[in-house]
Amino acid sequence: MNRFAALLDRLAYEPRRNAKLRLLADHFRTAADPERGYALAAMTGSLSFAAAKPGIIRALIAERTDPVLFGLSYDYVGDLSETVALMWPAPPHAPEDEPPSLSEVVETLASIGRTELPSRLARWLDALDETGRWALLKLITGGLRIGVSARLAKTAVASLGGFDPDEIEHVWHGLEPPYVPLFAWVEGRGPRPVSQDPAPFRPVMLAHAIEDRDFETLDPADFSAEWKWDGIRVQVVSGTDAEGRVRTRLYSRTGEEITRSFPDVCEALHGIEAAIDGELLVVRDGRVQSFNILQQRLNRAAVTPKMMTEFPAAVRAYDLLARDGEDLRPLPFAERRARLEAFVAQAGRDRLDLSPVVPFSDWEGLAEARLSPAAAGADAEAVEGIMLKRRDAAYLPGRPKGVWFKWKRDPHVVDAVLMYAQRGHGKRSSFYSDYTFGVWRTGAAGEELVPVGKAYFGFTDEELLQIDRFVRKHTVDRFGPVREVIHEPHAGLVLEVAFEGLARSTRHKSGLAMRFPRISRLRWDKPPIEADRIETLERLLAENRTDRASEP
Amino acid sequence: MRPTDLLSITPAGLYCAPGGFHIDPVRPVPRALITHGHSDHARAGHGAVLATADTLAIMGLRYGEGFAGSTQEAALGEAIRIGDVAVRFHPAGHVLGSAQIAVEAGGLRIVASGDYKRAADPTCIPFEPVACDVFITEATFGLPVFRHPDVRDEVRRLLASVRLFPERAHMVGAYALGKAQRLIALLREAGHDGPVYIHGALEKLTDFYLSRGVDLGEIRKVTAADQAALAGAVVICPPSALQDVWSRRFPDPVTAFASGWMRVRARARQRGVELPLVVSDHADWDDLCRTIEEVGAGEIWVTHGQEDALVHWCASRGLRARPLHMIGYGDEGEVEPGEAEGAPA
Repeated sequence: MNRFAALLDRLAYEPRRNAKLRLLADHFRTAADPERGYALAAMTGSLSFAAAKPGIIRALIAERTDPVLFGLSYDYVGDLSETVALMWPAPPHAPEDEPPSLSEVVETLASIGRTELPSRLARWLDALDETGRWALLKLITGGLRIGVSARLAKTAVASLGGFDPDEIEHVWHGLEPPYVPLFAWVEGRGPRPVSQDPAPFRPVMLAHAIEDRDFETLDPADFSAEWKWDGIRVQVVSGTDAEGRVRTRLYSRTGEEITRSFPDVCEALHGIEAAIDGELLVVRDGRVQSFNILQQRLNRAAVTPKMMTEFPAAVRAYDLLARDGEDLRPLPFAERRARLEAFVAQAGRDRLDLSPVVPFSDWEGLAEARLSPAAAGADAEAVEGIMLKRRDAAYLPGRPKGVWFKWKRDPHVVDAVLMYAQRGHGKRSSFYSDYTFGVWRTGAAGEELVPVGKAYFGFTDEELLQIDRFVRKHTVDRFGPVREVIHEPHAGLVLEVAFEGLARSTRHKSGLAMRFPRISRLRWDKPPIEADRIETLERLLAENRTDRASEP
Repeated sequence: MRPTDLLSITPAGLYCAPGGFHIDPVRPVPRALITHGHSDHARAGHGAVLATADTLAIMGLRYGEGFAGSTQEAALGEAIRIGDVAVRFHPAGHVLGSAQIAVEAGGLRIVASGDYKRAADPTCIPFEPVACDVFITEATFGLPVFRHPDVRDEVRRLLASVRLFPERAHMVGAYALGKAQRLIALLREAGHDGPVYIHGALEKLTDFYLSRGVDLGEIRKVTAADQAALAGAVVICPPSALQDVWSRRFPDPVTAFASGWMRVRARARQRGVELPLVVSDHADWDDLCRTIEEVGAGEIWVTHGQEDALVHWCASRGLRARPLHMIGYGDEGEVEPGEAEGAPA
């Protein structure tokens, strides 16, 4: 555990991708089996410790510390594992146990009974130092958050044998921790592991955000455009294994399997003998619902029949990666698209349709379509922007340059006044990074600010420091973790807030809720009195309504 | 006399009405008593200033000789009468010249401790607990997650990294007054005897420490010509210099930061620190609690920092305690005000 903890600690502070890669590769090269395999499993999210719930950790620390002091500390540190690791009191006697190894932790947790778990965990925590405790708690609660993706960890493994990381992806889904055959293969001591999986994940191709100057160099004739749907990017794969069993799997864009969350989709697409890249959406009566609606399904822990009826999910296909065992990824997009259209028509499955192409001849025309995606029919509110794909490009994993572009709809922008601030969590913990902001309205007692939303990102680290300093210097009241910040006509901070949409809501006093609000600029130059009024937002909401009413 | 008759909170800071003076005022006042030279406590523009000789000298270095209408030196332990009040300065162990100020009248003694620490520091006189009725404590690290490790271990981690990356310069952010000089002294104690490089903004105060007989070994100011020579060297700079163009001249630097805040990962990551060193000039949680017990005060006033936790702790031990909620001090002390203005070097 100590070596693994030291690795996590270093990785957590290392910002450079190449340095992270070197640290990982060094670890995989020098740590023994099965320790390194479990480390790889931890980095790729392949371990889960169902029994080790945060509740157990909370109970252990509650037995050992004052609850008020723990609450204040947790509020400050913003991370349960780290708070417990730092506050964990030294045991009254020197611990009897040696610090556990990573494999001991993984193997014990796989078999230990629920009732034995808390005391075992406490003994481990007694035996470890602060960094070891932090690493153990991070590991078992499944939130390493050290800036290492599964892809990066696999790249490090690949580097041991001078392989391309995609080689690892190809065999990955047939393997299990602690990956002894995988290490043997990359180190040239064993055969290539055979992927038994008839429905493997294929690394996803991603787009760059298009910039204004790109339009000067790109030729519209080289590109195909389609709507960028506001759901979650998925890959659905169905295939038959050697014994004739059909497997159907749904993956997120990072290769995480989400089959169990969407049995309705998987059942409908069972046996298609293909791999489809698409967008998962909630579709009711043929209409794609907004991301807000999809989120209501995503947020539920258990999948119930009621939920599946209420939030029916479907896949809108962008691309065809494989069919009947043939890998289509090397083909140009135009050809894959033709095959996709034929496939979707022929398959005739429920819960699968085609993401339509947006016809255009020049960038101006496309810009117009993007501004009024009503052309997309009844589903305009689920359009997030436009995707541009080179007609001649193969399907390449990762984010290759100059091939795919995303062109999002312009966000709405409003000037609002900072009213309350709360400390953040994770990376931003201990800084005042969650901001409640308001706009002016005429209330019973005259002009007043009314909160219209909350934002906790969009600003740079430097701006965060500036706002944090402002909050601390201009606190007028405190409510637990929340500080009320000065917000008067001529004293306060104006925030330019960008957001994607507006809806009626009972959550805020204003009766409005913003979708995806973020701080786009700090307006130190602007006195609060010049911030926007609620009428501006009301107008926007009314305009949206009219837009929709005029749609076919 | 009630404690609040002796010392009260005003917009300018702690005020002693019977003596007609403020302690560490945040705006200009006719008469100020100053605990130590950090710029959130020691500001320019007061009428008369009473402080230790070292603190007065530091204020002179920072603000120029005319920083106050008049000045008076307070010797440690010496009783000084101001109106109906007797005041005494006692060592606080925070930085060179730092003092607690005991204010006494009508049989009531309040100690304003300013900033203090209990951990060993070769560059200043150690903290001395003073028995009192009311103890005013800072609470910069007033949460039980802040347990500062042994500073010698932290310095060893720095030196281990220097050995591991001999081709890289180790840039250590440290506050210009106190932390920088303490860190150099600790490096010497740990056996690091090569030259230690300093950013130009640290020069005046480091020279001052040297002039007061603090042994820091060979100090070199970083100049443009040193780029290559700095591989494997320790370079001390103000925290603000870690992120500016100044730092880009060094060969593939390792960014370190010596601060009590480095105990919390998010803080270190936020600043892009690769080698966090938990070295603080403030008392940690255990030392705050221990000090409150040692001074034996029945009433505790808690200021700048995490007041709530310490107030709760006091209450759980039957001590009367209240937060002062004073504005204008280092607060959660990310950067000492004025620290960033050091001349580029």
